Amino acid sequence: MTARLGRVLLATAVAGTLMATAACGSGDDSASDSGKTTLVVKTFAQFGYEDLYKEYEASHPGITIKEENIAKLGDYSPKLQQWMATGRGAGDVVALEEGILTQFMDKPDQFVNLLDHGAGKLKGNFLDWKWKQALTRDGKTLVGLGTDVGAQGMCYRTDLFKKAGLPTDREQVGALWPTWDDYLATGKKFTAADTGAHFFDSAGSIYQNILMQQGDHTYYDTDNKLVIDSNPGVKAAWDKTVEMVDAKLSGNIAQWSPQWNAGFKKGTFATIPCPSWMLATIEKQAGPESAGKWDVAKVPGSGAVRGGSFLAVPKQSKHQKEAAELAEFLTSAKGQTAAFKSKGNFPSSLQAIDDPAVQGSTNAYFNNAPVGKIFGASVKALHPVYLGPDNLPVDDRVTNALAAIEQGKLTPDAAWDTAVDEAKRAAK
Amino acid sequence: MPTHLRQRPVAPAAPAPGPSPDAPRARLLSRLDTKGSPYLFLAPFYVVFAVFGLFPLGYTAWVSLHSWSMSGKGSFIGFDNYTELFADPDFWNALFNTLGMLALATVPQLFIALVLAGLLNQKLRATTLLRMGVLLPIVTSVAAVGIVFSQIFDRDAGMANGLLGLVGVHPIDWRADKWSSWLAISTMVNWRWTGYNALIYLAAMQSIPRELYEAADIDGAGRMRQLWSITVPMIRPAVIFTVISSTIAGMQLFTEPLIFGQGNYAISGGTLHQFQTLSMYMFEKAFRDFDYGYGSAVAWMIFLVIMLLTLINFLVVRRAK
Repeated sequence: MTARLGRVLLATAVAGTLMATAACGSGDDSASDSGKTTLVVKTFAQFGYEDLYKEYEASHPGITIKEENIAKLGDYSPKLQQWMATGRGAGDVVALEEGILTQFMDKPDQFVNLLDHGAGKLKGNFLDWKWKQALTRDGKTLVGLGTDVGAQGMCYRTDLFKKAGLPTDREQVGALWPTWDDYLATGKKFTAADTGAHFFDSAGSIYQNILMQQGDHTYYDTDNKLVIDSNPGVKAAWDKTVEMVDAKLSGNIAQWSPQWNAGFKKGTFATIPCPSWMLATIEKQAGPESAGKWDVAKVPGSGAVRGGSFLAVPKQSKHQKEAAELAEFLTSAKGQTAAFKSKGNFPSSLQAIDDPAVQGSTNAYFNNAPVGKIFGASVKALHPVYLGPDNLPVDDRVTNALAAIEQGKLTPDAAWDTAVDEAKRAAK
Repeated sequence: MPTHLRQRPVAPAAPAPGPSPDAPRARLLSRLDTKGSPYLFLAPFYVVFAVFGLFPLGYTAWVSLHSWSMSGKGSFIGFDNYTELFADPDFWNALFNTLGMLALATVPQLFIALVLAGLLNQKLRATTLLRMGVLLPIVTSVAAVGIVFSQIFDRDAGMANGLLGLVGVHPIDWRADKWSSWLAISTMVNWRWTGYNALIYLAAMQSIPRELYEAADIDGAGRMRQLWSITVPMIRPAVIFTVISSTIAGMQLFTEPLIFGQGNYAISGGTLHQFQTLSMYMFEKAFRDFDYGYGSAVAWMIFLVIMLLTLINFLVVRRAK
């Protein structure tokens, strides 16, 4: 009886396995058919490559490019982890945001070493620190090629500034705040004028910007040791931010929340540090009816950068050589200039930054602000910052603790202790 | 199905030497058929379950015993992840939040569903319309529910604060405190699932003999008394089912608090994890901090807690009457 039952079960198991494998068989789409190579490019948000793809396909017969885009970085990054962990699905070229890249830099073996594909000669095309960000510390492996950088400006509402009796011209506005202390003083003036709006959106957004101007590293030192509680730069940025919260300048409106999105249109906050890629977000959220109400001035302190991406070729790609060539094309000075013109992503290539098409570009929505000049100056003035492997999770915790102060749930001291404690656990 | 298989000559019950050479073979086939076929027909479910249920379960357990990060499998570390988990305040906080919202969502939900089903079981005009109507919330996508309720419980422009303002209550920052965020999230869950449970109760109530109520009427029992003394005991299997299924769903609460959280770091469930559930904590660990080993350990703890709660539920509900 048991022997028979065993055999029956065996038979069913075999049948089941056959069914399961048969079902899986159809899911594997082959990348190449009849000599044509299809390169799959995985991106998030907006990279502005549509025209470049067409151009590349025209000059490279036999290559078809397919972009698979995921709108939100937050949705993209876990997907990317899954593709990399399971060894399939990542396509041929993947976009790596700065924060994601730092996590991969520790063990770069999942990506093709672009130096093996002759990327070494491209070094001079990129801002030096951008190049180094994707280079392992022994200098032997290059994980990705830089695309854009989140060059910082300070976006502000001209109508609210006028109402508060502040200048509205972007040169004069930039002159209001050579330092963050001046920004704070301006904020106090603005708040005293009682326009009904807050001076900035949330503590987290200000803190990010100040933090990136405090020396050459933040939560991690260059040996990847967590130094959040011993790096005076972090505490300085924190304290300055808390001072602004205490002065009631913050609207306590979390970035990327619906209120934040609506706030651009309704004018619930007057200023926001805006990386170049955020201009598209502001324009979209504030809508055509607010055209001309927003403008861009220089950011307090020295230049700064927030975010920015790279293109990399996963080892799992079946067309590594072709993919590396495509990545090189897309990140060339010409490619970066085209992407800037298409979606406003600011180039990380010196040649592209100095290209008249970038330098001379203005943004009609932002009162024809000379964004090429403003962001170009910001990028060139900045001091590059090293980000450690768990930078993103640590930063989440610190930003949350700042928000808890804004909500009145923690005193600044208690919030700092919470942030440090949680950061240490997150980074473990 | 080829029914003629069944009409084959059945082998004699007593062991008899088969005269023809292929008789044992036929007998074997026949016995395989009667004993084996049902298993074969049941097999697809178990195969699918093994592939999509058992295997992930086992694999997750395997991962949870490793230091397994984004860049691949690290070393085998035994139960270290679990040891760490038991000392992790964030885990206990998430468990506490999950159980809190489970209680806030399940208890009123089932109670209202019971009363609602009792009402729908009356002779009413447009019964079908009303009965189908209570099912409508479940058709709504959970994301849509999350978005709409997030706006209702908005700090600055929400309807909830607007209504409270009419009676002179100061606006509440719903996301800032445990009690307020739990209340908001439980409201979403209750709104969505009450009708579903009511319909299950209603289906069970339909099979209760009318005479019981007629007798109760003659004895002078009121509506509520009839509900508690006749209806509830008669539909006990349905009650057990809804209690257990709501508990399981409540333990896996994820989308509603995530959408309610908003912003970039919604996965942390509020600035101080006020409403971070276990599933959110698992996701945060595995896919935000990229600690798959630890995330898998959390996943297994969720599984064990669900098993435990289901057992308790089952014992309590069964013993109740």
